[in-house]
Amino acid sequence: MKFITSNFVRCAVKSCDGTEGSFPLNFQDCKLQLEEQEFNEEFIISMLERLDWSALVKVASQLGNNAIPPQKPSLDDINEVLLKDLHSLLLETQIIEGKMICDNCQHVYYIKDGIASFLLPPHLAK
Amino acid sequence: MSRPEQIAPPEIFYNDIESRKYTASSRVQHIQAKMTLRALDLLNLEEDKSHFLLDVGCGSGLSGEILTEEGHVWIGMDISADMLATAIDRDIDGDMFLADMGCGVPFRAGTFDAAISISAIQWLCNADTNTNEPKFRLARFFNTLYSSLRKGGKFVGQFYPANEDQTVQITSAAKVAGFQCGVVIDDPESRKNRKHYLVLQAGSSARPLNVDGMEVEKMNGKQVAAQKLTKVSKKRLKAMETKKEYIKRKKILNEKRGKEVRKDSKFTGRARKARF
Repeated sequence: MKFITSNFVRCAVKSCDGTEGSFPLNFQDCKLQLEEQEFNEEFIISMLERLDWSALVKVASQLGNNAIPPQKPSLDDINEVLLKDLHSLLLETQIIEGKMICDNCQHVYYIKDGIASFLLPPHLAK
Repeated sequence: MSRPEQIAPPEIFYNDIESRKYTASSRVQHIQAKMTLRALDLLNLEEDKSHFLLDVGCGSGLSGEILTEEGHVWIGMDISADMLATAIDRDIDGDMFLADMGCGVPFRAGTFDAAISISAIQWLCNADTNTNEPKFRLARFFNTLYSSLRKGGKFVGQFYPANEDQTVQITSAAKVAGFQCGVVIDDPESRKNRKHYLVLQAGSSARPLNVDGMEVEKMNGKQVAAQKLTKVSKKRLKAMETKKEYIKRKKILNEKRGKEVRKDSKFTGRARKARF
């Protein structure tokens, strides 16, 4: 699972819809891997406005990266270095194994082989 | 031809053997690629720009490959673990989730530019366990899909409806969720090559869907609805028929069959004078 996905995924349980704890999920015991990807400047810029920066900072610190600036970089002070950094963080960082926990319902979603399982047990599926 | 939907639930039907067979078949590959390109054509995204897409029912990534080739970044979800395992073996570029679309699309509001789905959403009409209620699953899917798309976000989903009812069921669920909705049918004359594409749009967009076949299907939908109405009311009409109407109908029928029938007059079907 790419790091960028962590900024969008929320709890799948219906009763967690729209609650504050359902996003972002808490990441625990994660194994990371770097995988090279083609750099696409335009895509990073278009994603930048969509990112929830506080969630990004929170998840990054859970994964052991505390060096992220607390403020979202504005469109004016974008430069190549910053975009390259964002690219390697968002697209090249892969979460191979780990757990995601919803703050609201405490349901644990497991990540295995880079694939997150969002299948719900029958009592939560309705 | 048997439909996989009638054989087993998707996570069981697409087991290890079936998913490898499916992915290795050059015929399937060709059809999937063609349908993905057609879906992208209908989506009418800005060219030369990479978008953030969702692929519902991504399977082994046959459709995702095309998305990557077109320069898009995508997230796929599928219910079959074996299909996803095949995708890992094939080194697919997108992010994949093991998830059931009937339980909703687990992404926050405004995530995706657009979404596609190839040969998947007909599975939502299945009631294969005692907890599966197609109506609720369809509603849950379309509601969460709607919120996960950006404003003006679009969805194109190729699907194989088992019958007209399923098409109506799916489109009405999408409408209830708030989508503008239509069905494009490619090759409508050919029973074998006919392809249905559900096209949805969430709100208005600067680049609307590229739909040229829309009008025809809309009329079809109306026709179907009208036919249904008459079908129901025909039965009822017969029950509500008066004696006179009954006689007239029978006379026309017998005339058609070549029997000798008295000419209609002003006395036809009239009640007789009371006598004792």
